[in-house]
Amino acid sequence: MDIFLQQIINGLVQGSIYALVALGYTMVYGIMGLINFAHGEVVMIGTLVTITVAGSLLKAGMPALLAGLGGLSASVLVCMALGWGLERIAYRPLRNAPRLTPLITAIGMSIILQNLAMMIWGRNYLTFPALLPKIDFEVAGVNFSAIQIIIVLVSATTMGGLLLLVYRTKLGMAMRATAQNPAIASLMGVNINRVIAAAFIIGSALGALAGVMVGSYYEIAHYQMGFMLGLKAFTAAVLGGIGNLAGAMLGGVLLGIIEALGAGYIGDLTGGFLGSHYQDIFAFVVLIIVLMFKPSGLFGEKTGERA
Amino acid sequence: MTQALLEAKAVAKHFGGVKALRDVSLSIREGEVYGLIGPNGAGKTTFFNCLTGLYIPDGGGFTFAGQPLRADAPQQAAQRGIARTFQNIRLFGNMTALENVMVGRHVRTKAGVFGAMFQNKATKAEEAAIRQRAMDLLHYVQIEDRADDLAKNLSYGDQRRLEIARALATEPKLLCLDEPAAGMNGTETAELRELIVGIRKDGTTVLLIEHDVKLVMGLCDRVAVLDYGALVIEDVPAVVQKDQRVIEAYLGA
Amino acid sequence: MKNWLTPKSTAGIMLIAVALAALPFVVGMAGQAWVRILNFAILYVFLALGLNIVVGFAGLLDLGYIAFYAVGAYAWALLASPHFGLHWSIWAILPIGASCACIAGIVLGSPTLKLRGDYLAIVTLGFGEIVRIFLNNLNAPFNITNGPQGITLIDPVSFGGFKLSGFTPIFGFPVSGPQKYYFLLVALAILVIIINLRLQHSRIGRAWQAIREDEIAAKAVGIDTRNLKLLAFAMGASFGGIAGGIFAAMQGFVSPESFSLIESVMILAMVVLGGMGHIPGVILGAVLLTILPEALRYGVGPIQKLLFGKQLVDPESLRMLVFGLALVLVMRFKPAGLWPAPERKRELAEGAK
Repeated sequence: MDIFLQQIINGLVQGSIYALVALGYTMVYGIMGLINFAHGEVVMIGTLVTITVAGSLLKAGMPALLAGLGGLSASVLVCMALGWGLERIAYRPLRNAPRLTPLITAIGMSIILQNLAMMIWGRNYLTFPALLPKIDFEVAGVNFSAIQIIIVLVSATTMGGLLLLVYRTKLGMAMRATAQNPAIASLMGVNINRVIAAAFIIGSALGALAGVMVGSYYEIAHYQMGFMLGLKAFTAAVLGGIGNLAGAMLGGVLLGIIEALGAGYIGDLTGGFLGSHYQDIFAFVVLIIVLMFKPSGLFGEKTGERA
Repeated sequence: MTQALLEAKAVAKHFGGVKALRDVSLSIREGEVYGLIGPNGAGKTTFFNCLTGLYIPDGGGFTFAGQPLRADAPQQAAQRGIARTFQNIRLFGNMTALENVMVGRHVRTKAGVFGAMFQNKATKAEEAAIRQRAMDLLHYVQIEDRADDLAKNLSYGDQRRLEIARALATEPKLLCLDEPAAGMNGTETAELRELIVGIRKDGTTVLLIEHDVKLVMGLCDRVAVLDYGALVIEDVPAVVQKDQRVIEAYLGA
Repeated sequence: MKNWLTPKSTAGIMLIAVALAALPFVVGMAGQAWVRILNFAILYVFLALGLNIVVGFAGLLDLGYIAFYAVGAYAWALLASPHFGLHWSIWAILPIGASCACIAGIVLGSPTLKLRGDYLAIVTLGFGEIVRIFLNNLNAPFNITNGPQGITLIDPVSFGGFKLSGFTPIFGFPVSGPQKYYFLLVALAILVIIINLRLQHSRIGRAWQAIREDEIAAKAVGIDTRNLKLLAFAMGASFGGIAGGIFAAMQGFVSPESFSLIESVMILAMVVLGGMGHIPGVILGAVLLTILPEALRYGVGPIQKLLFGKQLVDPESLRMLVFGLALVLVMRFKPAGLWPAPERKRELAEGAK
């Protein structure tokens, strides 16, 4: 039972991170139908920027909390600029291109960002500076750390804020309208270019936040870390029904918990045949099974065929 | 009395709370031109989609040529001999007119992957026959001079004709036309009417959804009227035209 | 149709044949490494044309194509190496590898092909990762794949006693292993080109194109879209399996590292960058994307030295950076690929008006 609760907690933390990243995918997909393959790299760059900025601030003698906030803001700003630039330079010229064209562009951008990061930060693993106090709790046989609690709380707040933005503001309304039908939205006076840019910028800011969380949680970072994280987050977005914000959040949390439970129990389940290094397959196996029964994801709208 | 080719029994379909079809029963006899009319949103296209397997009815079903029709398999409808056109023309835009009709032969031919790879005699003969038949059909709808043009570059009227040719390529017993005269001018409509008369004469039963009441009344042997998803009347045009409920449905109560 | 063998076209074909036959020896003068690169270019032509059936013809976005390649490669590696002490003949292994890949394709495809395009992309991508993870970890409790170390000492392709590895004197002229593989690969590539061409203009090929253009209309004329998609998927998988087998034999070594997602992505990029569905375009894409990174590998270092007098940045990452940039730029200025089918070009020209 302890293992069970412990894995739920771990999964919730990991899942909150997935959810934040998944939102970036789902917003862009919902509005323009594009899988932004480079989003994982945006997250990675968010982590690495934080390491550099917060690290130098710490070295300059700033208190950890302030250095952390400085790193976070720098990373959010860099990623927002990056998201905006990606859309403006790479994707916008391809709005009317064949469907696979922007996908290849996205892959190209992902390769570019990864290698740029490698040139800047090198091939080796980097240590994430200790920005938050390391405090551990134990409640009913389950261990928490302060970092875990902060990750879950901050993600929850951020996601709540995003929902408010999308459902309560004019920009949010424009975004939803564009997602429904870009042509009609633009006839109604919505500036499509601005809406799409906003989706990229907001998505990237969430990605930067997720990047900082991943860094603080695992304490290391690497120029290739964005790939698997992005893949899982995208899986989470599809799991929840891509294009659906709440779906991405729930999909992320669910995926985190499933992975954690899977890793915890796979050995017992298969009589020791499969070990915990199979953790990464859970995401995909669950995805395939869910899509077999719910082809639009768990919370996706049913897209009926229309004659 | 000729035998019924298609029988709809209490076909029902709803989308959420909206009842698009309320237990519609009707029967189409072999060799006739059967008109289905009704105001916008009356459920005509929904009926079509249920018949051709794009929608699965929530109640009731169809009997075609004496056998029940499986609800969930569009390709099976074509296989059994039901072909259709679409209200908002659906051609394979980047294929030529000829290729569009050749695709229509798919269901009546059988060359597989290995035939294609080895190009054996039977495959070559079948391919030649497909091409010939497709050319004949283009000739039949009088657009053979556009054979090598991409479908999307055809004029609106020619696209309608091409869609009919593609449907005829499946050798249907029942040809379902969804508003074929929509957007056509007087001359084009007259030509279309001639085409439909010819198709019927060649032995194909026609189910026609149409807004153009004049066309329907002049062309159809029998007419059914749908309103709010329910069948109002099914009879010969002369009777339908005089029916008080039909007049109300069209003019508004 | 019958009289395509005009004197002119015969002369053209002869010329191409002579050029193809001479190529490995000409390239061989620059070193056997370049012959190897050439071989990979042709292997990728084969793979890309296999994927072209799935993506270009049937319009299914497959991001896990490399998994089928991996299945074929490991089938060969396990059945023809000291790992299990088996040394089967090519006539047994290649069909087995192709069938395993084909079955894998059907198993993955049958539940998932009804998904809409982008969902299919992520499912196939996930499948590719699952296969790679299994290859990486199936060394315990029973050692099947030998884990991350991979399998070594794999038998080369041999026909009877004629091995394709090592030097063989032919007419007193030493012909190297890569040069011999070259001819096998060219033969296979020609085979897959012919199959692609014939399929494209067949009843099946038309049905695939119809599905790609408008799936609902395709269903309405009686095309069994599900089975035809599955057919394309299974065929693509089988070609992947064959290519994998040849790859394993040619390298003499396989490890899970060769089958990462980036490989699937590369092959897809070849298809799209070249001109999806257009066979000459796909061939061009495959050759370019194989040669370009290699040329960059040899070019980037010296050029840097020349310009700045020293290595400023790691050549490996600079090479990939240029590669990524090339992808982005080609898509920006040639959205339908470098050499699209004529009708695609027409379509874009009209769109621009």
